[in-house]
Amino acid sequence: MSRKIFQAVVILTAGGFIFHGVTRGEVAIIFQKAARICMECIGLG
Amino acid sequence: MKIFRRRLIQLAAFGFTNAQVLNLASGKIYKGELKNFCAPGLNCYSCPAASFSCPIGAMQAVAATSGFNFGFYAAGIILAFGILFGRAVCGFLCPFGFFQELLHKIPTPKKILWRPLMYAKYFVLAVFVLILPLTLTNYAGVGLPAFCQYICPAGTLEGSLPLLATRPELRQVVGSLFAWKFFILVVVIFGSVIFYRFFCRVLCPLGAIYGLLNRISFYRLTVDENLCINCGRCKKICGMNVDPVRQNDSAECIRCGECAAACPKKAIAINFSTSLEKRDDCLE
Ligand code: SF4
Ligand code: SF4
Repeated sequence: MSRKIFQAVVILTAGGFIFHGVTRGEVAIIFQKAARICMECIGLG
Repeated sequence: MKIFRRRLIQLAAFGFTNAQVLNLASGKIYKGELKNFCAPGLNCYSCPAASFSCPIGAMQAVAATSGFNFGFYAAGIILAFGILFGRAVCGFLCPFGFFQELLHKIPTPKKILWRPLMYAKYFVLAVFVLILPLTLTNYAGVGLPAFCQYICPAGTLEGSLPLLATRPELRQVVGSLFAWKFFILVVVIFGSVIFYRFFCRVLCPLGAIYGLLNRISFYRLTVDENLCINCGRCKKICGMNVDPVRQNDSAECIRCGECAAACPKKAIAINFSTSLEKRDDCLE
């Protein structure tokens, strides 16, 4: 039973996180980073 | 047959995540709509072939942005994949996990990993992904994506090497940071030849999160104790050094199915299940 509760909590948390992230503009930040060369990621910056 | 099916899925996931292969020749970065989404596995978004964003890179990019502190969107995507599949994401969908499995096929003497090393990935997750991007800032006051910058070998392999090969202007900024990251990549490559999925087990923060979710994910491994004869073949064949009969919820199990295929009694099942009863009964 407790497993089902944990599953429900994680599903709700995941949905809430995605919704909150989208509404506060995180997707645009990610897109900007991902559509250019990330100098830190490649170890050059 | 199931093992062959897993290989096909790994290959398809590798190709789907890196579908922009034509960009490899020019070193251009794909700028299409798909980059708004995060892939489930570790795949550098600075790879010219990458179609999606890297979830760990995305989390850090947001956390490092002033006024944001935590990457909810990417964390939500990771939690969603994790609750559905647990570490089966590692076993089936992650390109870097697949790469390490191929490296391990190189015929050399193989070794068993020292177990305490596997806890290092939780340290990497807490310090390099969650804490340092918030607390370390550069000269301009911008947070640093510490995991990407100092550890991630996928960034070096998929990002730096193809970009340095195709864009000469980038070669002028190669310095000590690149040398450090190249060293990590070499360690990971040699480590993966000798130890099965060395990076996944020791350093990967995504593997740490999916591993924690293995205990409650819908896709799970169950052992029927009425069929199991405790022959130990499952434990012996497991590359992740899991004993599925005793630790079916292990954070290290990538749900690869090797144990189920090796079981002479077909006592191990790996599938989607919302019911715990059967598994819990058989472990009591
Ligand atoms: S542990 Fe990390 S690198 Fe390994 S398969 Fe999982 S997500 Fe990929
Ligand atoms: S316990 Fe079985 S499914 Fe899990 S990693 Fe080991 S062999 Fe693969």
